[in-house]
Amino acid sequence: MSVVEATAVKPAQKNRNERKLTIAKALNEAIAQEMRRDKNVFLMGEDIGILGAVWGYTGGLLAEFGEERVRDTPISETAFIGAAVGAANLGMRPIVELMFVDFYGVCMDAIYNLAAKSSYHSAGTFKAPMVLTTAVGGGYCDSTQHSQCLYATFAHLPGMKVVMPSNAYDAKGMMTSAIRDDNPVVFMMHKNLQGMGFLGTIQGAIVDVPEDSYTVPLGKANVVRDGTDVTIVGLGMTVHQGLEAAKTLEKEGVSAEVVDLRSLAPLDRDTVCRSVQKTGRLIVVDDDYLSYGVTAEIIATVTERDIKSLKCPPKRIAFPDIPIPFARPMEQHCLPNVRKIVAAARAMM
Amino acid sequence: MQPTPKQRLWMYEMMVKNRYNEARLSATYMEGKSPLFNMANGPLPGEMHLSDGQEPCAVGLGAHLTKDDYFACHHRSHAQALAKGVDLKRMTAEILGRKAGLSEGRAGHIHIFDYEVLFWSSGIIGQNMGPAVGAALARKMRGEAGIAIACIGEGGANQGGFHEAMNLAAVWKLPFICVIEDNQWAVSVPKSKSTAIASNADRAAAYGMPGERVISNDPDDIFAAVGRAVARARAGEGPSLLELQTVRLQGHFMGDPEVYRPKAEIAAKPEMDPIPRYRRKLIAAGVMTEIEADAIVARAHAEVDEAFAFARAAAEPAPEDAFDKVFV
Ligand SMILES: Cc1ncc(C[n+]2csc(CCOP(=O)(O)OP(=O)(O)O)c2C)c(N)n1
Ligand SMILES: [Mg+2]
Repeated sequence: MSVVEATAVKPAQKNRNERKLTIAKALNEAIAQEMRRDKNVFLMGEDIGILGAVWGYTGGLLAEFGEERVRDTPISETAFIGAAVGAANLGMRPIVELMFVDFYGVCMDAIYNLAAKSSYHSAGTFKAPMVLTTAVGGGYCDSTQHSQCLYATFAHLPGMKVVMPSNAYDAKGMMTSAIRDDNPVVFMMHKNLQGMGFLGTIQGAIVDVPEDSYTVPLGKANVVRDGTDVTIVGLGMTVHQGLEAAKTLEKEGVSAEVVDLRSLAPLDRDTVCRSVQKTGRLIVVDDDYLSYGVTAEIIATVTERDIKSLKCPPKRIAFPDIPIPFARPMEQHCLPNVRKIVAAARAMM
Repeated sequence: MQPTPKQRLWMYEMMVKNRYNEARLSATYMEGKSPLFNMANGPLPGEMHLSDGQEPCAVGLGAHLTKDDYFACHHRSHAQALAKGVDLKRMTAEILGRKAGLSEGRAGHIHIFDYEVLFWSSGIIGQNMGPAVGAALARKMRGEAGIAIACIGEGGANQGGFHEAMNLAAVWKLPFICVIEDNQWAVSVPKSKSTAIASNADRAAAYGMPGERVISNDPDDIFAAVGRAVARARAGEGPSLLELQTVRLQGHFMGDPEVYRPKAEIAAKPEMDPIPRYRRKLIAAGVMTEIEADAIVARAHAEVDEAFAFARAAAEPAPEDAFDKVFV
């Protein structure tokens, strides 16, 4: 079963031809449609204007919407992300780009103390409807400060949604939802899925995308492959690794179910637990650092809710607790991959 | 303050060496990346920011520095590293991800670290300022010789870390110099769109330190301006701000087609190249002859070739080496 076949909530689309898009193109379409629909939606960030963003999803927006609504910023993250909070408080709906998740360190206060707490400490009066976009992930030798994922860092901090699509269909629908959401949404894009000319793209991320606007709800996981023997949970890149592993396992008579989390906050614990109740075995795959992360949260959820649903100890596969090394042999050794997932599943049978 | 003939020859040689090093890095980078360009492939994967055109800033600085001076650089640091005396063989090995590299292959080209000559770099824009100020503080508190320098792009000068560090250096009167390399571009964003004033040297007044802007991209002019700032820092008179107008002859990183850059500016690149200009200048001034210039070029190239031979023959790290050095 391909990713798109399994994707829930497809809008009714009659007489349309299949159209495969990259995540970058799908995001572009979602943003353009929302900008046409709501004049309060605007974009700001580094290199989003004439360049069309380093991660390729804002091309053409400057030409269509002009410099007023598509604003290249100085390299002043604390200022422009803080500014997004204030603008959002007064009715604008900024989409703010910051290239690599690694760079958010310089402006974290604007995110976790300003945007994320805006609703709570104003009793819901100062809303912060903003989308923060950023690229995550390594595997192409970009070293310590350009390869991180930091999912858990963001998902740990209450008051903001944290999501990442694994394919172009979800990307468009989730971006539309994110823009319409009245809360701050951290929207992550995995570099290995994005569809860039300068980097390889996992082909499974490039799927059919309807022209019309539609939403994919934030906070709903997606069972992208049904199975009965083991549940493989991932998000973004690791979903595709899970799907590949499932193909290999199938040849060995092991039926793997693959769950795409899609959203870390809110986290769809029900879908994960339901799957494990069915399969009895759990592998969680994460390209973020191992400790205190997504893998621990998923496993804690399952064991806390229904430890008896597990036939054997769960397994986590994640990046070890070390900075991401540059040289290929070291980085590849540390990243999750299909081989590691298959081995973990075999060991459980 | 004018450079001596010997210093001028040194500056010429370092510029030539950097340019050839960039050319060899660039060729190595493209190996395994065609017909399909993919950053992940080839013997030199990842990002690559070249410094062609910005050599005068590096050599005008390097000519004044000793190995006791702490130099915190950014993502485009090859020229500065060479001018600071970073071990070229081990730097090349690092950029190629070899165990013999400066960081044993853990860091790559954005992170050149050589403790022997106190060279340091980071890829997070603006954040190299704080460490340089802190290094200057350590020198002052310990009563040691040595100053600290931070190099930052004109784009980086709009990062919050820049302003905080400038004030801190000034209020504590530290032996610190901030050098803004103004190549007029921050990836695709021109300075005019990111900075409300034309000269960042004007900002110095707000921090309470001297500021100077050099527009020629000429090593001698830069040498003179840096000399004044270095003398001030070494005399304990406090920090200075320099903005050096320069030129980025390549794209922001390799693979950047520069769609945003005006065609006329791209066409004018050869004329903006500071190296042939400096060569003509030194020959005209009688500092070197054509033959001597060629000998300098040959020597520089040989040194770079030797570094590449060393790096390419060096072993890759073992996968498990990833786990070392997380803590000391
Ligand atoms: C905090 C942070 N924000 C953004 C980036 C992405 N980035 C890398 S280089 C660059 C442009 C830097 O321009 P400038 O400081 O002028 O240096 P140049 O590249 O021109 O040498 C940007 C935006 C980053 N590395 N760190
Ligand atoms: Mg610049």
